[in-house]
Amino acid sequence: MKKLVFIYLIGLSTILSAQTESDGIMMSKKYFCSGLTYSYSSWDHYWEGTFKRDNENIGRVSTSSVAVMGAYGVLDRLNIIFSLPYIRTTASSGTLKRMQGVQDFSVFLKWLAFKKDADPSKYLIYAVLGGSAPTSNYIADFLPMSIGLKSSTLNVRLIGDYQINNFFVTASGNYIYRFNIKIDRTAYYTNEMIYSNEVYMPNVFSSKLGLGYRKGELIIEGIVDSWNTLGGFDIRKNDMPFPSNKMNMTRAGINLKVPVNKTNRLSIIANSFYTIQGRNVGQSLSGTIGVFYIFDRNKNVQTPEISE
Amino acid sequence: MISMAPIIKITTMKKATLIIVLSISTTLYFSCSKEIISVPDKYEALDPSQPDITAKNWKPVLLSTPNEFSISAPGPVNSSDYLAEINEIIGWQDNLTNDQKESIDYWKAGGVLRWNEILRELVARHNLPPYQNSDGTYPAPNSANPFSYPEFPFSNPPYAARAYAYVSAAQYDALIAASFYKDLFKRNSPDKVNTEIQLMVPPSQVEEYAYPSGEAAIAGVTVEILKLLFPTEIAYIQQKAYEHNLSRIIAGASTRSDIEAGEKLGKLVASKFIARAKNDRAGQAGGNAAFWSSLEQQCVAKGEIPWISQESPLRPPMLPRFGLVKGFLVDSISVINGRPQAPPSTNSEEFKKDVEEVLWYSEHPTKERYKLVDFWADGAGTYTPPGHWNAIACEAFVNQKYSEVRWARNLALLNMAMMDAAICCWDAKYVYFNPRPCQVNPKIKTLTGLPNFPSYTSGHSTFSGAAATILSHIVPSMAASFNKYADEASLSRLYGAIHYKRDCEVGLVMGKAIGEKAVSRAMTDGAE
Repeated sequence: MKKLVFIYLIGLSTILSAQTESDGIMMSKKYFCSGLTYSYSSWDHYWEGTFKRDNENIGRVSTSSVAVMGAYGVLDRLNIIFSLPYIRTTASSGTLKRMQGVQDFSVFLKWLAFKKDADPSKYLIYAVLGGSAPTSNYIADFLPMSIGLKSSTLNVRLIGDYQINNFFVTASGNYIYRFNIKIDRTAYYTNEMIYSNEVYMPNVFSSKLGLGYRKGELIIEGIVDSWNTLGGFDIRKNDMPFPSNKMNMTRAGINLKVPVNKTNRLSIIANSFYTIQGRNVGQSLSGTIGVFYIFDRNKNVQTPEISE
Repeated sequence: MISMAPIIKITTMKKATLIIVLSISTTLYFSCSKEIISVPDKYEALDPSQPDITAKNWKPVLLSTPNEFSISAPGPVNSSDYLAEINEIIGWQDNLTNDQKESIDYWKAGGVLRWNEILRELVARHNLPPYQNSDGTYPAPNSANPFSYPEFPFSNPPYAARAYAYVSAAQYDALIAASFYKDLFKRNSPDKVNTEIQLMVPPSQVEEYAYPSGEAAIAGVTVEILKLLFPTEIAYIQQKAYEHNLSRIIAGASTRSDIEAGEKLGKLVASKFIARAKNDRAGQAGGNAAFWSSLEQQCVAKGEIPWISQESPLRPPMLPRFGLVKGFLVDSISVINGRPQAPPSTNSEEFKKDVEEVLWYSEHPTKERYKLVDFWADGAGTYTPPGHWNAIACEAFVNQKYSEVRWARNLALLNMAMMDAAICCWDAKYVYFNPRPCQVNPKIKTLTGLPNFPSYTSGHSTFSGAAATILSHIVPSMAASFNKYADEASLSRLYGAIHYKRDCEVGLVMGKAIGEKAVSRAMTDGAE
């Protein structure tokens, strides 16, 4: 009956996945870029509300994930992007059993809405529309071991990209509508008792600012991003976390994309983020490496062009 | 082809714009429909099929007689004082606000039900284990200084079981006393005295006489007991009681003097329960460091592996002397006589097999088992397993058209059984001090939080055995579903890899025996 003190956090994976829907690049028509990434993130401190603490009953909570992703140029100015991660969560101390499984499939339509070339400057505006849905019946109500929050989402993102010579700045804002979820309990306490197996999931606004160098397929970028839950409640002292907590975070990180052959078809990506401020989330340090390959679906083969 | 390109682009842009507009409007639409409907919001007005006017003859829990506490006779309905009270009701009804209407609708589902829900909420709010001190010790909640961290109480399962029992039993006694005086004074409800008054609750709720108000007796008795059990919530509780009482006046079901008399009677009845609560040994249930280590030493002296907290820093065991608390249905001698036989020695082959079985469940979870583990977790921040059974009981009772006094009697039987289940289970836990499966085999990982007290017997199983047995007696048509719930609650602790199967099976049997004591009481309390 009694519980404990295991607290935690989160399916960061929604943020970690598919960097490509939030960056300032597009695949040309009929080019298909596919990738495989491996991510690892872990934390041993977390915020209960605004109270920062550690917890010897979970030690370090780590999340490993492997994701397949792809981006296809439907048109030069319209890409479709998808990703699907497999996730495993483990705690280094305590008794809680790890959890793993295929998490949420996400798909985005990315549209280059505005482009202005004023050499040496370029102005680009993208609109991204997408959504995600869980692909397996994983358990969201066992944080921090749960692999995700199991909420289906609709996303609307606007990206502005400005480039001068090879230097660029990218800013984006993303509104995420989150559908309510169902859990296996028929009653739960938030700030009040609720007798339902349905959980109200507050929506989210996330934003990102990137600054860097871009040449061909080479990208070196410094990033600050944030995730703000528009509602939700704080984890009380020594309480368990819950999917509808007010999970907020600000992260700083770097993102690299390096072409490994002359045709620019094969490239390696790597990124790393550190949570500098949070609320009801773990203070995670994460790293991702991935390999991307560009296939050309055009009949007349030519060197792939990446519109920037 | 070339000339087509711009057209395609424009079309694409239009489509994309359309998609964005559509998605935003879709989002807005769904935003408005994300509201969660909580089950109790849907409960309809209490509409008892029989008023149970003979409840004054039912057997109270603590009162020696229904008129052990006396209240003064009401003034006549043709007095100017009474006329003033009638005018107050007409005044409220002439200027009815939406908030007042909502309040009437909320409370007309029944005071016993609503206060049970409020109590469940208080339990969940306070069911948080204290956070450690910087030196690795744990602070204990202190009722003399309830607001300082950790707030008093930590309403863990035994504490909660006791709280549910006191509130339910006291409400029951208060309603028996109210029943006695209603029949003695025979004052009609205001809607029957004055036709200008509109009755805003079902007429079946005022079929009994009106003085003293039963609803106010419920509010009065509950407030006093909750003051003791949840002292940081007094302001919140008083506000609820104020709303409850006022809703009855505005609804035309009671006059102010009916309410005041009921409230006064409730408080008098509460005094008897409070005196008992202060001397039922729950205050000493936490023990002290010397006692905690003596439990361990006694176990080692017997050659057994003692229970050790698996929390870090090591947390003192939960309420090790709760087995000594004075029960309502089971006395101290019966606790000892009914104690289950010892679990197999931690050195035995039998024990090893029990551990292996838990390991198997830990390593082979299924979706179905996870579901049960989660459904019955009832851990930190919840209303606890006794709260879960109160929720199950109330959902069953709302369809039964009980009178308020029968509601109170049924919940009192349920909650006295569960409090005594906690006493008997905690007695066994600390007499045997049996280690948890994952203590003896660290390969066992748990699918839910590991409770911080010994393994044998399972609290969930004992609570559930007791609850299902008395509920099956009260609502026989639902016996199959209550027993299924009890079996699932019990097994969920094995599936979660925090209990041996034996803990669950023995706990269930023990719980059923306690439930039978409640059944015996039910068959002789005059209500059947």
